Amino acid sequence: MITRIIVAFGAVVAIVVAALIGGSVPGLQPIFGVVLPYVAFAVFLVGFALKVVNWAKSPVPFRIPTTAGQEFSLPWIKWSKIENPSTTGGVIMRMFFEVCCFRSLFRNMRTDLRSGWLIHHPTKWLWLLALGFHYSFLIIALRHLRLFVQPVPGFVETLDAVDGMFQIGIPPIYLTDIIILLALTGLLIRRLFLPKMRFMSLVADYFPLFLILGIVITGLLMRFVYRVDITAVKALANGIASFHPVMPKGIGTIFFVHIALVSTLLAYFPFSKLMHMGGVFMSPTRNLANTNRMEYHENPWRKPPKFHSYEEYEDMYRDYMKEAGLPLERE
Amino acid sequence: MYDSGKVIVGLLIFAGIFLFPFIYQHGAPAKKPKPSLDTPAIKALPVKKCVEDTKFMITTHMQFLNHWRDQALREGNRWYVNKAGKKVWISLQNTCLKCHSNKKDFCDKCHNYAAVQPYCWDCHYDPNGSKL
Repeated sequence: MITRIIVAFGAVVAIVVAALIGGSVPGLQPIFGVVLPYVAFAVFLVGFALKVVNWAKSPVPFRIPTTAGQEFSLPWIKWSKIENPSTTGGVIMRMFFEVCCFRSLFRNMRTDLRSGWLIHHPTKWLWLLALGFHYSFLIIALRHLRLFVQPVPGFVETLDAVDGMFQIGIPPIYLTDIIILLALTGLLIRRLFLPKMRFMSLVADYFPLFLILGIVITGLLMRFVYRVDITAVKALANGIASFHPVMPKGIGTIFFVHIALVSTLLAYFPFSKLMHMGGVFMSPTRNLANTNRMEYHENPWRKPPKFHSYEEYEDMYRDYMKEAGLPLERE
Repeated sequence: MYDSGKVIVGLLIFAGIFLFPFIYQHGAPAKKPKPSLDTPAIKALPVKKCVEDTKFMITTHMQFLNHWRDQALREGNRWYVNKAGKKVWISLQNTCLKCHSNKKDFCDKCHNYAAVQPYCWDCHYDPNGSKL
């Protein structure tokens, strides 16, 4: 099991080393700074779309009612409209709570033996860490728009100001930076130190964690320790966003490590468990109303059966039947 | 493909969100700012050198100024010795802004470009008049 951790960590270290070497060679900088992000982003967009289309090609013949509430039934039985919806509105509500509040993680239960009793109790740690991580990641990604576009949209400036509202240090520490670091560390500790989790975790579970931790750490290092010329970084990012790529001089090597890790994340995304970003919208257990009993659902892969009528049978064996003297409907 | 209408709308929303920077910039790159060094005080300098070297000042001036603030206001030490061994009086208004008297064409140029809102001007004021 330990080899899985080492392989995942080693892969991230290998990317960091490759970028450290490549980023310090001026001739290779355009490859790491411009070509790699473009390629990775194209792989991300196309791979994501193909994956979703591929999922959409799978028929879902039956509404899978793995729901957490009472389905619509008799009027005197209380129906949970959102947990087990039978209307489109209910499904939209269920999807909203799933996508924005991580409803199914909130339902997380744990079973422990406590003084001889088997106790099932709710545990919210995973939900809390996941929520903190995802929202921080979203805000951090949106904040990065200030480096890609000019003029910078107002909402990005507002996010920046709110996120750095405590004005601790210069440049100010962002709240999301602290939250994402804590959440990622928590999620990693969960996999590393809970025996059951360690047993289940694969390279594909550790790798994204180490990768995103690497992205966060290189980003923080770039902001607070190994400073880079931010106007040069913006010129590069704005060049990418406007399809007029330029490679400004004098950007520190740490920047190329950050970019290489982000590019890896983008290119790896469609082939990994991270596709739950698209997958959550494609989940049949979440996005289909439970109308199993109300509506007729035809099996989508059902083809009309091939019948072999008696007439055809007789046509096939007419000569033999005649020879044997069997009665025929048609001579 | 099943439910192709819904899936295609979803994918279009996905593409729209992720391609937002490209659509917003529509192929026109913004000009990289050039902070102006054209002030009378800088012109009069025999050697055009800041307190530390240019690269350090470009990347790290904010941390440097923060350090200066702490040194001057919290420790009461108004003298800074730079890497070349020269003593410099620690003061934003009397040292930095003496040469860089053009806040609008110097500070604001890059800060606006990178959407940085430094809180220097919450307390300090620009003697040459621009915005308080």
